Amino acid sequence: MKQEAILTSGPQLGTKQAPERQVLLQKRSAGRVLKDAMEKIMNALFFACGMAAVACVLLITVYIFSAGLPAIRQIGLSDFLLGRVWKSTAAEPSYGILPFILTSVYGTVGACVIGVPVGVLTAVFLSKMAPPRLAAVVSAAVELLAGIPSVVYGLIGMLVLVPAVADVFRLSSGACLLAAILVLAVMILPSMISVAVTALNAVPPEYEQASLALGATPVETYFKVSLTAARSGIAAGIVLGIGRAVGEAMAVMMVAGNVANMPGIFTSVTFLTTAIAKEMSYASGLQRQALFSIGLVLFLFIMAINAVLNLVLKGGRDDD
Amino acid sequence: MIEKRRITGMLLTGAVYLAAALCLAVLVGIIGYVVIKGLPAISWKLITSVPSVTKGTQGILPFLLNTLYMILLTLLIVLPIGVGAAVYLNEYASNKKLIRVIEFTTETLAGIPSILYGLVGYLVFCQKLGLQTSLLSGCLTLTIMTLPTIIRTTQESLKTVPTSYREGALGLGATKWHIVRTIVLPCSLDGIVTGCILAAGRVVGESAALLFTAGTGKLVAKSLLAAYSRSGASLAVALYLYVFEEGNFQVGYAIALVLLVLVTAINLAAKWARKALKQKT
Repeated sequence: MKQEAILTSGPQLGTKQAPERQVLLQKRSAGRVLKDAMEKIMNALFFACGMAAVACVLLITVYIFSAGLPAIRQIGLSDFLLGRVWKSTAAEPSYGILPFILTSVYGTVGACVIGVPVGVLTAVFLSKMAPPRLAAVVSAAVELLAGIPSVVYGLIGMLVLVPAVADVFRLSSGACLLAAILVLAVMILPSMISVAVTALNAVPPEYEQASLALGATPVETYFKVSLTAARSGIAAGIVLGIGRAVGEAMAVMMVAGNVANMPGIFTSVTFLTTAIAKEMSYASGLQRQALFSIGLVLFLFIMAINAVLNLVLKGGRDDD
Repeated sequence: MIEKRRITGMLLTGAVYLAAALCLAVLVGIIGYVVIKGLPAISWKLITSVPSVTKGTQGILPFLLNTLYMILLTLLIVLPIGVGAAVYLNEYASNKKLIRVIEFTTETLAGIPSILYGLVGYLVFCQKLGLQTSLLSGCLTLTIMTLPTIIRTTQESLKTVPTSYREGALGLGATKWHIVRTIVLPCSLDGIVTGCILAAGRVVGESAALLFTAGTGKLVAKSLLAAYSRSGASLAVALYLYVFEEGNFQVGYAIALVLLVLVTAINLAAKWARKALKQKT
């Protein structure tokens, strides 16, 4: 501010002063101009970086829609979404993706049925009940689980879980929906647990102290007071897990069998994600466009899940 | 009544411990399995040689190099953009609505499944921009994928830089860019480094997005330029190819072991960076 005042009053002062001083002042104001320009450039640069994420989302949306819509138009929306037969390589091809949609839904629900109780209980353990050292070990384990690449889950699912499922249920092949559900259940655990732990840690201690003072045991307090108070955070964690389960491709591809059957717990199935991944490398023409349309359906699923997530988080904020 | 409460309490406690034990057991099981199966399969020769059908040799060197190249270029592109975006959100932006839009889109990017990144990356980079299935296309796809990670971690640590630092500098006549360059960014080095490490972890573990964009090449390129313009499989993609498409489990186990070691190292490094660099400031 002060500097600016001197500089703006510079020229008037300079008329009365020695020429060297005038030169100096001109130099300084030139530096000032340079600095201003630099400020403006950096301002614009940072703005551009800030808009990068927005641009990426727009780009993805535009491309998914423009690539996905033609095939849907050609096949017909109801035939595409509700058709029960997917035979993309047959002489008379049929593009119905109902089996994929239902498989993705069943698979996700199944993974949540198994994963959510384990995840929430583990979160209670980490946040409230564990002795500090044990908590450190378990939370490090959860972090590592989050970092394990999905192909490694797929590898173990394929070589351990699939044979085990075949053995236990006496199937000819264990590559089925159940195996996929089990793999997904493990894969959604880490993100769910970490969000739920954060929510549980944020529960005001007064709530728990009041409950304890009223005569509830610690365990009752955790389950009836803490979990209730943290419910929106836990719900957000579950929705995050759902998003992960719907979007998982590689691990599921390695264990689910990849036949376009209507889903059954012991049948070989194809998910929305694996339908794309399986045929993408050799597809062409309408078949390829239909794969992009599956991508569009998957995209809409994820967007819906994101919207729910935002709603849940917002609801939680209103509560407090 | 009291008896019933006691039993419920005990059951719930048991369930909680059981769940935690299950998580631990799954991790120990996975790591144990990969280590037991991977150690006999891995050797220095495997790591340093190139797979060749004609010579009958097996090796994972190309995949290791490809993964390394991908980490390097992806970070090189995503780092300025991601840090810039975080700085914009935290230091420059004054329009609340715009901030909310940017944060919302960042969250959205983080939630999009990698197979969709693969599709869009293929459409945009391989076809539209004519880059073919190449490491470069893969890196550009990964750039978009890792952008939210860098933005979020940087932003978190920008928020911890005390406002008084900025006010002090402003009072001394420093311009905004000067403040960002000399005070804000050095103070949030921990978040930036952590973000880089986490992004590297994402690159190492990614497979679905790379299958169509970076392809399945198994060769070692002669120069860096050639490497980026050619199709090349990363370790994770190679694991999928060997195990699922070729049924070569021995190499699969070896790659899985390498991946686990990398992921664990990255995890530890991120933890260390968060702690060590934070204390300095």
